[in-house]
Amino acid sequence: MPFFEAVRLALATIRVQKLKSFFTALGVCIGVMFLIAVVSIVDGMGRYMEEDLVGKLIAVNSFELRHRPNINIGDVDDATWREYARRGRILESDVEPVVAALPAGTRWSMYSEASLMVESQYSRPRRAQITAIGGDYFRIKRLDVTAGRLFTPGEISQGSSVVVIGPDLMKRLFPTVDALGRQVKIGGKFYTVVGIGESQGSAFGMSFDNYVYAPFRSPVHRLLNAQSNAIDAVVVQTEAAEALVEAQESVRAVMRGRHQLRPSQKDDFSLQTADTALEFWNKIRGYLVLAGVALPAFGLVVGAIVIMNIMLVAVAERTHEIGIRKALGAKRRDIMIQFLIEASTLSTLGAALGIAAGAGLALLIREVSPMPTYVAPWSIGVGVLIGAGVGILSGVYPASRASLLDPVAALRQE
Amino acid sequence: MTNETDEAPLSTTAERQIVVGAAGQTPGKDWVIVTRGLKREYDMGGEIVRALRGVSLAVRRNEYVAIMGPSGSGKSTLMNLIGCLDTPNEGEYWLNGQLVSSMKDDDLARVRNKEIGFVFQTFNLLPRASALHNVELPLVYAGISSAERKERAFEALKSVKLGDRVHHRPNELSGGQRQRVAIARALVNRPSILLADEPTGNLDSATSEEIMNVFESLADTGQTVIMVTHEPDIAAHARRVVVLRDGLIASDDRRERFAAKMGGH
Repeated sequence: MPFFEAVRLALATIRVQKLKSFFTALGVCIGVMFLIAVVSIVDGMGRYMEEDLVGKLIAVNSFELRHRPNINIGDVDDATWREYARRGRILESDVEPVVAALPAGTRWSMYSEASLMVESQYSRPRRAQITAIGGDYFRIKRLDVTAGRLFTPGEISQGSSVVVIGPDLMKRLFPTVDALGRQVKIGGKFYTVVGIGESQGSAFGMSFDNYVYAPFRSPVHRLLNAQSNAIDAVVVQTEAAEALVEAQESVRAVMRGRHQLRPSQKDDFSLQTADTALEFWNKIRGYLVLAGVALPAFGLVVGAIVIMNIMLVAVAERTHEIGIRKALGAKRRDIMIQFLIEASTLSTLGAALGIAAGAGLALLIREVSPMPTYVAPWSIGVGVLIGAGVGILSGVYPASRASLLDPVAALRQE
Repeated sequence: MTNETDEAPLSTTAERQIVVGAAGQTPGKDWVIVTRGLKREYDMGGEIVRALRGVSLAVRRNEYVAIMGPSGSGKSTLMNLIGCLDTPNEGEYWLNGQLVSSMKDDDLARVRNKEIGFVFQTFNLLPRASALHNVELPLVYAGISSAERKERAFEALKSVKLGDRVHHRPNELSGGQRQRVAIARALVNRPSILLADEPTGNLDSATSEEIMNVFESLADTGQTVIMVTHEPDIAAHARRVVVLRDGLIASDDRRERFAAKMGGH
């Protein structure tokens, strides 16, 4: 029997018994639904981690020299924490030798940051992320202003009391007036707003736009670190991804020399890249996908058994029909294909419902919770394949029983 | 035909004796059915039932034969063997020049599809399918394209005067109409033999007569017809009547002689 003919026949059979077919395929439907939903959540989180969170914190082709990583996704054990705590800070005096060792064409920047209160005369004090920056910070982070201007090289080298503030903070500190040219007060000192920076979005409901940038040598840097000659990080960015490792090795060599480490000793500083930040995420992602696939798989197994049973019943109920078909010239293969296709059509329809429900669930989760979900096209393809596969697997035994029926005995059965 | 006298059973005429006696040899083109010493036994829970004990039968193209016998005579077994639904334990069965008695399942399925048109007592139509789709079925298994199938099925239904009932389902048709759908289905693949099993068993006498007329006109156009029945009245419509008893051929007569014998009883 041609494939299309068999599908048509299967659909006709399913249409006659809609409710029964629905319940038969329900197991597969639920299995696929959870599969799609879980994969969407894991995928959504993955994209979020890579593109939004880490992507915003760490610029392209860049790494940060820090005394310890500031992005710790996942668990860090006690021994590691104790080792981190013993590390000395990166010093302002480290910057010059590090920068000197960098290959030509490499951009660099240094910064320190802290969350502090900022006030203006138009508002009560607000908490904001204060970052004191030096070098090519704005270019590396690809940050520009929507109004006003960035710092001049002179302002950066002299440590002028000027700031660029984020759009959210601007709205809070200057709700009614234009912020440009007005003053904000941080730690009892005044700074002039010269620019309003671009929006950097938000993550997990947290705004990235409550920021203040000031030149590194402006008075604010004394508020950011208890140890006055310490800095939080040096950012290094290369033109091409290939040059990143070379730059990292240069910086490592300089820092090991400055800290007088013996070859047997491990680094007592960190070179944080997007990859190292995502390392733990990539590790747990595997487990999440495994769990997300394994748990619905149980549902699919149960669904397959249900379909197999219903198909066995269908073969018993339709023995006479099988006898008629055989008398009219149906070969074993024809009968086999008819029941296999019926089982897999049923199962695929169940899977299709499951895909729709799973995608719906994923969208619902995205709407009502901060969990970012993403329905990957491949997961829909996998869902359909699973539907067809489960149907074929569960249909093999009933179909082969049907195909082996003796035509005389089958015709005799009413 | 000159050798076939009125007195002896047809099976014992010299010409037919030669055909059924030539074991292992392919019969001539003229012979649609040749069985040689066909035996079929069933194991019914340890007890061996010998349903056919050596049936040798030769049927020419265009013959209209009734196979009669009381229940237990082996006529259903013979009909299953002739219809290639079953295979014998012993003996040869040649259908249209092919030795089908030693064929495997799928080859038998192909032979059933091409060579045999079944008409059953209980019609055996698919209840959920339209008349047209029922008639199409043998063509589906013959691998014929959808458009051609529809056309041929429609023609077959028209030939049994059901051209206006193609989209009706079996339960929307009368018994006689259902049997005519079955006849259309049996003929749609242009089989070598039309094999009918008690074709009027579920019909009233007027409808039975109508179906017999259909068979008659088919026989007139040259269709080989084999009809299994236990009713002498129905058997008397055929031009040759083979009577089975205890798994063997008891008599094999032309219609006239059979009718005379029946009349005598």
